[in-house]
Amino acid sequence: MTAVAVTGIGAIAPNGKGTDAYWKSTVEGLSGIVPVSRFDASGYPAKLAGEVPFDAAAHLPSRLIPATDHMTRLSLAAAEWALQDAGVDPAELPDFGAGVITASSAGGFEFGQRELENLWNKGPKYVSAYQSYAWFYAVNSGQISIRHGMRGPSGVVVSDQAGGLDAIAQTRRQIRKGTQLIISGGVDGSLCPWGWVAQMTDTRMSTSDDPERAYLPFDPAAGGHVAGEGGALLVMEELEAARRRGARIYGEVAGYGATMDPRPGSSREPGLRRAIVTALDDAGVNPDEVDVVFADAAAVPELDRIEADAIDAVFGPGKVAVTAPKTMTGRLAAGAASLDVAAALLAIRDGVIPPTVHVSRAPEYSIDLVTGAAREAQVRTALVLARGHGGFNSAVVVRAAR
Amino acid sequence: MTKKFGIEDLTRILREGAGGELEGDFQDASFEDLGYDSLALLETGSRIGREYGLEFEDTAFVDVETPRDLVEVVNAHLLSHAARG
Repeated sequence: MTAVAVTGIGAIAPNGKGTDAYWKSTVEGLSGIVPVSRFDASGYPAKLAGEVPFDAAAHLPSRLIPATDHMTRLSLAAAEWALQDAGVDPAELPDFGAGVITASSAGGFEFGQRELENLWNKGPKYVSAYQSYAWFYAVNSGQISIRHGMRGPSGVVVSDQAGGLDAIAQTRRQIRKGTQLIISGGVDGSLCPWGWVAQMTDTRMSTSDDPERAYLPFDPAAGGHVAGEGGALLVMEELEAARRRGARIYGEVAGYGATMDPRPGSSREPGLRRAIVTALDDAGVNPDEVDVVFADAAAVPELDRIEADAIDAVFGPGKVAVTAPKTMTGRLAAGAASLDVAAALLAIRDGVIPPTVHVSRAPEYSIDLVTGAAREAQVRTALVLARGHGGFNSAVVVRAAR
Repeated sequence: MTKKFGIEDLTRILREGAGGELEGDFQDASFEDLGYDSLALLETGSRIGREYGLEFEDTAFVDVETPRDLVEVVNAHLLSHAARG
């Protein structure tokens, strides 16, 4: 099978804007979780978020500003950074040779809420014409495609947090079918009352108001997650073609597996373990070759238990390093998993595993959770896990290019 | 006295509603060349309508290609609006 590589990374996260800033903070264990400032959250049970303050006017053409939600602006910045990082000028690509495949969970909710408020408070004449697409969950793919003239195979994947991996897998399929280059991954977020209320319905959001105690996966005090915004977009292309053009290769997307959980109340096994096994098989990688697992890290005790059991079942208890740098960003919906893939590739590059911050592993778990500080280690192969609300399980194996 | 709609009014409303920097003599450039798509014109028409108390029929801007065309359409609507009282 054609090997597919990542040659560019554009990360934008609550603990750092730009790949270098994000990675520096992440290795140092610096969190970006703060009290919500984007709207008045005092009346809501969940009061913390991973926010990405962003001066759009400094980064984007003024024509794009009235037409875009905050999360689309973040994604446009990340896409531009990823292309620059890859040393690619999209204008030089064949017209239909490059595409955009992103993951999304909801769309531009902050924009949509404002326009619905205009509709109700002032009337239909006051609703922005850009509402027609600015709210739409496919809007990031569309805006990136238009801005850079990338008209090849494109799309959007909606499977909550698993989407960041599912988009990368879809990208790999399209590259294997002959597309030269694709921007892939997710940048997401809906930090507004409408998005907040929608997310609260799953009862998995932490109600702590202490940024250091709010998101504690695998900890005795695990009590849900903090929501955040941001993510990462990756430039992906065929490995040999990337080598021919002299590109820097971060690594190869070597394996993928995705499963659905059985219906709630079923006695059948949850789907995560099978997703891991499928991804390892697809990559042709034995469990003992995996150097680190980037966990989904729900911080809901039942879900943490399922994840720890799946890791133990595949690798053996305590046999593989496990980490959750998303404890520094919050869960970024469809942006989370591609940011973890970025972190995994940077871990391969730098030989360091970033920490899971603020967490003391509960004694009931036997996973080798990297807590406290980053751990130096040779990383050749990494597994990234992501689960989406509704039963989605996805796993991606990335490895140093051979 | 009928209120007149000028190119400077259009420039301001375009910037507010659809962004962009308009400089020099752009009255006869096409909106397409200026970087404004049909949605930008829809938003601009909506804002002009709100500010000047006008209703534009759905086809009002169909033949509008340049800022000068748009200014003429708006002024024609202002005149007929005034004539209707």
